[in-house]
Amino acid sequence: MTSAQPIVQMQGISIEFPGVKALDDVGFRLFPGEVHALMGENGAGKSTLIKALTGVYRPDAGTVLIDGEPRSFHTTADAQAAGVYTVYQEVNLCPNLSIGENVMLGQEVRGRFGVNWRATHRAATEALRRLGLERLDTRKPLSTLSIALQQLVAISRAMVSEVKVLILDEPTSSLDASEVEMLFRVIRGLREDGVAILFVSHFLDQVYEISDRLTVLRNGQYVGEHLVSELARAELISQMIGKDLEALTSLGGDRRTAPRDETGEEPLLRARELGRKGAIQPTDLDIYAGEVVGVAGLLGAGRTELARLLYGADRPDSGTVELHGTAADIKSPVAGLANGIAYSTENRRDEGILADLTVRENLVLSLQARRGWAKPIPRRQQDEIVEHYISTLNVRPPDPNALIKNLSGGNQQKVLLGRWLATQPELLILDEPTRGIDVGAKAEIQQAVVDLAETGVAVVFISSELEEVVRLSERIVVLKDRQKIGDLLNGPEVTAQQVVDIIAQHGVEAAEAMESELEELTPTTGEGGPA
Amino acid sequence: MTEPKTTSRGRDLLHRPYVWGIAAIVLLLLLNTLKDPGYLAISVHPESGNLVGNVIDILRASVPILMVAVGMALVIATGGIDLSVGSIMAVGGATAMQFLSASDDPSSAGASAAAIGLALLISTALGAVNGILVAFVRLQPFICTLIMMLAGRGIAKVITDGRNTAAESDPLRWIVNGYVFGFPFVFVLAIGIVIAVGLIVRRSALGLMIEAIGINLEASRMAGIRPRGLLLTVYIFSGALAGIAGLFAVGTVMTVDVTQTGYLMELDAILAVVIGGTALYGGKFSLGGAVVGALLIATLDKTVLFLGIPSSASPAFKAVVIIVVCLLQSGHVRRRLRRRRSHEAPPGAVPADETQKQEAVV
Repeated sequence: MTSAQPIVQMQGISIEFPGVKALDDVGFRLFPGEVHALMGENGAGKSTLIKALTGVYRPDAGTVLIDGEPRSFHTTADAQAAGVYTVYQEVNLCPNLSIGENVMLGQEVRGRFGVNWRATHRAATEALRRLGLERLDTRKPLSTLSIALQQLVAISRAMVSEVKVLILDEPTSSLDASEVEMLFRVIRGLREDGVAILFVSHFLDQVYEISDRLTVLRNGQYVGEHLVSELARAELISQMIGKDLEALTSLGGDRRTAPRDETGEEPLLRARELGRKGAIQPTDLDIYAGEVVGVAGLLGAGRTELARLLYGADRPDSGTVELHGTAADIKSPVAGLANGIAYSTENRRDEGILADLTVRENLVLSLQARRGWAKPIPRRQQDEIVEHYISTLNVRPPDPNALIKNLSGGNQQKVLLGRWLATQPELLILDEPTRGIDVGAKAEIQQAVVDLAETGVAVVFISSELEEVVRLSERIVVLKDRQKIGDLLNGPEVTAQQVVDIIAQHGVEAAEAMESELEELTPTTGEGGPA
Repeated sequence: MTEPKTTSRGRDLLHRPYVWGIAAIVLLLLLNTLKDPGYLAISVHPESGNLVGNVIDILRASVPILMVAVGMALVIATGGIDLSVGSIMAVGGATAMQFLSASDDPSSAGASAAAIGLALLISTALGAVNGILVAFVRLQPFICTLIMMLAGRGIAKVITDGRNTAAESDPLRWIVNGYVFGFPFVFVLAIGIVIAVGLIVRRSALGLMIEAIGINLEASRMAGIRPRGLLLTVYIFSGALAGIAGLFAVGTVMTVDVTQTGYLMELDAILAVVIGGTALYGGKFSLGGAVVGALLIATLDKTVLFLGIPSSASPAFKAVVIIVVCLLQSGHVRRRLRRRRSHEAPPGAVPADETQKQEAVV
């Protein structure tokens, strides 16, 4: 499957951004005719490595060899000229242009009088033929195609010139199972043709289905390169999250052991079949007052999607939610807040802080929104609230009039926590509250969560750090591939390892189930490569 | 009121972006004084006892821009724009003039009040249409207010049947041209309206919420703010204030000119807001800054006339002054100038926040 000479060889690549070492002495190689997965958690350096390869970033150190020749691309156009082509997660096409124009954009066939459109469309059809899509009418607008087909059109752009290396960055994140299969058929066909394919995905099952080899990165460092067939899933996960299995196993908790649903207690929130297409499959969930429910799962497993449905940030398209036993229709954040639910986003910068407002304004904003604009919170009351949360959460600097954008990430997070606590929620959903913040602030936020639950607030705690989830939670809900696969009562005997096992184990069964399901789904589009 | 109270108020004031606007006003007035040393003089009219002088003229002329700029500041704070204010001025003026000219007794208090009320009602309604299109239909503010800008002129012409209707109404004439204690009443009224809007916006939580949605609509929504009602509100404000500006504009001559009343006023208002330090991409706004900006535009218009700059060159003169003010207050430009002076920026440097954004995609 692989020849001796790698088409891409990156050695000792280091890239430093102000304050961050994004890549530190990373090596990577890619052979013709293989599908190579690049694995790692969020921020591990995957996309930085891709950008170092394609000329978006210039490495501070290290060499990039293409076909054995040292190369340094200045722009992505340089990289494309050398046969290195990237398809990004979001389809970077122009929906209002025709399919043919999209395929040929920047590579139009030129005649004596400018662009020869007939020849251009012919070339576009030729490029699409390599993906088995020659039946598409290249003169129709791109927007008439499904997202999956648009994704394939994006790939076909690489077929216009000779492609040696095809980089697919999260190509499947917006596709459903049959569309993924269509894409994989194309990938396999290209692999047969000797194209080297670099594949980035958060879906472990897909990585195991399509890839021959994988490289793991963690915190900007090279962890290892493995043949996919020789690496167990659990081992891969622990390499990605950076705890060896023994370290994971040694963690444990000492929380209550009696399951809540056996005490006859009424849950604060009861969700049944709550789901949204493309976000999370219908899910049942009970949350009791005063408990911390951990949500575990890899990124992209549907954690945030579930939280957004509970808060009303997105509207569910199936299922019901009951609060205190009565049906509730939570269709907006306004409704969520009115029902005593607060959601602290994982995306602090884009959905959390209001950067140009002060700490005070950020802190009182949701409480003010709940009261309505006509009833401003009196200045003295604002001062009390702001002072209270600045001191209990230890916000630094303790200046209510500082602009929040000038605070560190951890302190911004504390202000946001204060914003939600000020609304006195019954249910507080914290999505990655400790991501990207320093150790001290992390411990303070964890402590705040524990204290909060003791006052009777229900807390849903979402985190990529399993260790943290296991230590804080009473109950752990495990999500994978946008569905709930486990709901386990935490206890001294529960370890992060068990959660890892659940995630890894479920994958195998699901992969088998999916394969048999796909057998039934006969190909609908074209005749791609051999399946 | 939301401004942080720091130790040194004076230094704080110097950092406000509109100091450059104030500086430009002072400079223009100085320029005029160089030409005529008596330019700034204010005298008391021997018969009426009213104050007269160039500065008083400037204040009076600034009134329509002042009204429109305050509404525009609120719209721009939400990240939108209102291009229709000039046309809404024409609609407001046309409505009042047409109503009065058809009235049996246009100088009666009832007829005047009805004319003013009707003009405000119609201009508020047009503002509400803008707001509905932006907030609920989710059209781009630029597009729907551009449509309203074109439609508004048409509506004004339909109201007056294409004529430049004149009418005589003593109460309206007095409001716009009269004096209280020797001071032009219309300027006092306009400042009163600005203060009223300022109080509504800053004493309630409206201002905070408008700034929040202008800074980040999604984060505001996630914080429990309802953006749609707020967007509707600011366009209604803008429409109503444009209607008032229209009444003031036609009141000076008691004639509506359906093609000229409020013509290009949207551009003057946008400039006034920008000079006042409110960024066009929304967020923090300053009504005081908009007032400074409006006064600068009025001063500039009068200066162009006073200095006898040929009418063909006057737009260029105006443009140069405004560009200089905008460049001076731009932190970006000031930083670049400073950096250029010290050393060249390293090429290929990636801004930290951009890196984060790209990392977050993975």
